[in-house]
Amino acid sequence: MSVSSSLAATSARARPGWRAVLLALGAAAAVLPAFLLSDYRLFQLTTVGIYAIALLGLNVVTGYNGQISLGHGAFYALGAYVGAILMADYDVPYWATLPAAALVCAGVGYAVGLPALRLGGLYLALTTFALAVAVPQILKYRGLEGWTGGVQGIVISKPDPPAGLKLSPDQWLYLFTLGVAALAFLLVWNLLRGRIGRAILAIRDHPVAAEAMGVPLARFKTRIFAVSAMLTGVAGALGAIAVEFVAPDSFSFQLSITLFVGLIVGGVASLGGAVCGAAFIVFVPNIADQVSKAAPGAVYGVILIAFLYLMPDGIAGLAARLARRAGFD
Amino acid sequence: MSSLLKAPLVEAPVVEAPVLEAVDLEAGYGQTKVLHGIGFAVQAGGVTALLGANGAGKTTTLRALCGMIRTSGQIRFAGERIEGRATEEIARRGIAHVPDGRGTFLELTVEENLRLGAYMRRGAGIAADLERIFGYFPRLRERLRQQAGTLSGGEQQMLAIARALLLRPKLLLLDEPSFGLAPLVVQELFGIVARINRDEGVAILLVEQNVGLALAVADHACLLETGRIVAAGLAGEIGRDASVRRSYLGY
Amino acid sequence: MDALLHQLLSGLATGGIYASLSLALVMIYQATHHVNFAQGEMATFSTYIALTLIEAGVPYWLAFVATVVVSFVLGLLIQRVIMRPMEQAPALASVGVFVGLLLVFNSVTGWIWSYTIKSFPSPFEGGRPLLGGFISPHELGSTGVTLLVLGAVYLFFRHTRLGLAMRAAAFNPVSSRLVGIRVGWMLALGWGLAAAIGAVAGMMVAPVVFLDPNMMLGVLIYAFAGALLGGITNPAGAVLGGFAVGVIENIGGAYLVGTELKLTLALLIIVAVLVVRPAGLLGRAVASRV
Repeated sequence: MSVSSSLAATSARARPGWRAVLLALGAAAAVLPAFLLSDYRLFQLTTVGIYAIALLGLNVVTGYNGQISLGHGAFYALGAYVGAILMADYDVPYWATLPAAALVCAGVGYAVGLPALRLGGLYLALTTFALAVAVPQILKYRGLEGWTGGVQGIVISKPDPPAGLKLSPDQWLYLFTLGVAALAFLLVWNLLRGRIGRAILAIRDHPVAAEAMGVPLARFKTRIFAVSAMLTGVAGALGAIAVEFVAPDSFSFQLSITLFVGLIVGGVASLGGAVCGAAFIVFVPNIADQVSKAAPGAVYGVILIAFLYLMPDGIAGLAARLARRAGFD
Repeated sequence: MSSLLKAPLVEAPVVEAPVLEAVDLEAGYGQTKVLHGIGFAVQAGGVTALLGANGAGKTTTLRALCGMIRTSGQIRFAGERIEGRATEEIARRGIAHVPDGRGTFLELTVEENLRLGAYMRRGAGIAADLERIFGYFPRLRERLRQQAGTLSGGEQQMLAIARALLLRPKLLLLDEPSFGLAPLVVQELFGIVARINRDEGVAILLVEQNVGLALAVADHACLLETGRIVAAGLAGEIGRDASVRRSYLGY
Repeated sequence: MDALLHQLLSGLATGGIYASLSLALVMIYQATHHVNFAQGEMATFSTYIALTLIEAGVPYWLAFVATVVVSFVLGLLIQRVIMRPMEQAPALASVGVFVGLLLVFNSVTGWIWSYTIKSFPSPFEGGRPLLGGFISPHELGSTGVTLLVLGAVYLFFRHTRLGLAMRAAAFNPVSSRLVGIRVGWMLALGWGLAAAIGAVAGMMVAPVVFLDPNMMLGVLIYAFAGALLGGITNPAGAVLGGFAVGVIENIGGAYLVGTELKLTLALLIIVAVLVVRPAGLLGRAVASRV
């Protein structure tokens, strides 16, 4: 996505009118399901919200900034475990685990971002892939069992809605997730417009030129990594609450691959792409199961390859192109 | 053979069919068109110099002839139409291109570079050819086992030409062989090039910035200016032509 | 001391398998500057083909050769059909396609042959441990096979016309075309060869770790570590690196971190190499004058 077109996409404030209306409608449409849908469907939508935040994180570092991460599941796992440990062992209230997970993941993300500076696209992809494969092993390590609960993992429970609100825990969780997601998207949207957004994209597309023009590459790239890890970590913490359980095998390399597929299919370098990708991740496996009972992974793989050849800017990219052709610009 | 032709290339019909003929050749990179319909020919066994200032399109012309970029127009080589064909197919038909920058396989040894020149041939005569080539470039024999990337500029240029000769080409394309080389080395090189043309009978299309050297060794010349041929004829005449001076120096 | 020697020899045996896969990775990297993330899954797929042949009654070595040939063809086809358009693509796109291939192979393998763990025969079993009890027949045999394959590949690239052409096409595709080499087919051959080597690695490792669709995932990580440690631009380095990682993994697993964290050890090796000396131990910048 070129710098100028992504700028146009993110500077919605410069064009009030139909975009604002769409957003308002979207907000209303997002809240309604809490009162209309069954608990199960609501849970699915909550999961979409959680993955949207996770994909937002991945998109920031890989889509917008060009640092390829095949291991973001590691940050998701980290956030999930931080949240679960705090809730189970230290009785921290659920809403406080999110900032804690955010902080820890941001720190770790920054620490990962430092050596990542030395690695070009391919080597970073390779290293993060190795990380993704190693994560379950680390989580199962007997030396850490006191913290992680070993192979069995940790069990937590869904929070009750705040006193006074007549909602089920699922309904409350959905609205809570919606709020966190809105906050996350707002944060990223704000981050990406203006100078910082341009610098981030410039680093991806023309790193040498960007550096020559005075963009401090190292500082930006490590901070982007930190922000990205923070977002995905928060998603992980939310995910732990939603599923009420964390265990090493939930965070295999499949998770990192799933996030990566969601990134490409949803659309790189696009906020809307994070939502599209999340919807894809949650709903398509069911369809994939129907297409091929025993090889849903193959369907994923074929879709991924097909998108890379035919629709490299993902669903969101296609939507943007159609919208532009229809005159909405 | 080439001395039989007295008339300038563009005007009179030639006595024998040229080994290479380009007609209305257009080429470019992406959206940018660099060659705007040029036409020229190289006689069998002759040496044609392609002159022009930087950016005139000389290297582009050689690339176009080898199918390295997209072209439109006609290219006839030894009676066959070769436009649109893949580079490796054109090489197999007998055009050896020594590109600008020499195109040496830097990571391989001198010997391996030479063996690659003989890649398409099957054993017969390669040893004899190598002997003859070492006759032109004795220094290469000394450096057979050395990594090609450690050779000096002049030696790499010799290696590149040697490799091209091993293809037993009918036409040799030389792109700025003097580039980056010391004057003495260049003199030696061009002397060898003239000998090769005389003894092997290989036609040569020579792209050169060094006008004097080029015209000394060529029998015909063309002047390229921003993608168009503005003058063509016998080397001696072109040398005296004011348009050459104007093309290079601007006045 | 005895235990250490056993670990060492054992490490060399598994190292041979890592070395084979590292070589396959480096071959494709040298030619295309891409890392084939799906190399492990392709090897697993090949190993299952071998199992099917063996269970159908085909004698082991015949099945071995047939599998190698089929894998070669498969690798070649994949390059021609799927990878060719991606040659000029940006890093993200090509990485994505490899990941997609990984998913497809992994899933199709599980679909065709199920996820239950199967045992895979070794042609070397039977008899007492050799060399005074330090090494099992299979470990010795698989090391031998690995060395044979690596030796054959070395001879092929150094001393045959085709091998030279493939190296040339990897180093300098433009100049290769100018001497008449059909670069596209050289790449396809490279992929075929890499797939064939991967198949051998799979068939050698399966008797030890048992066959399941995710068998080669860990091996792939070790192969990465080996290739990087030795130098991803240097085939000899990759082989050495593979052996080294095998030994480090075994000894580290036995005396340092315990068998549970072996993959983490590989990860640490990868990070250490890339941060301290990205070219690897034997990779060197090629000397060149302009």
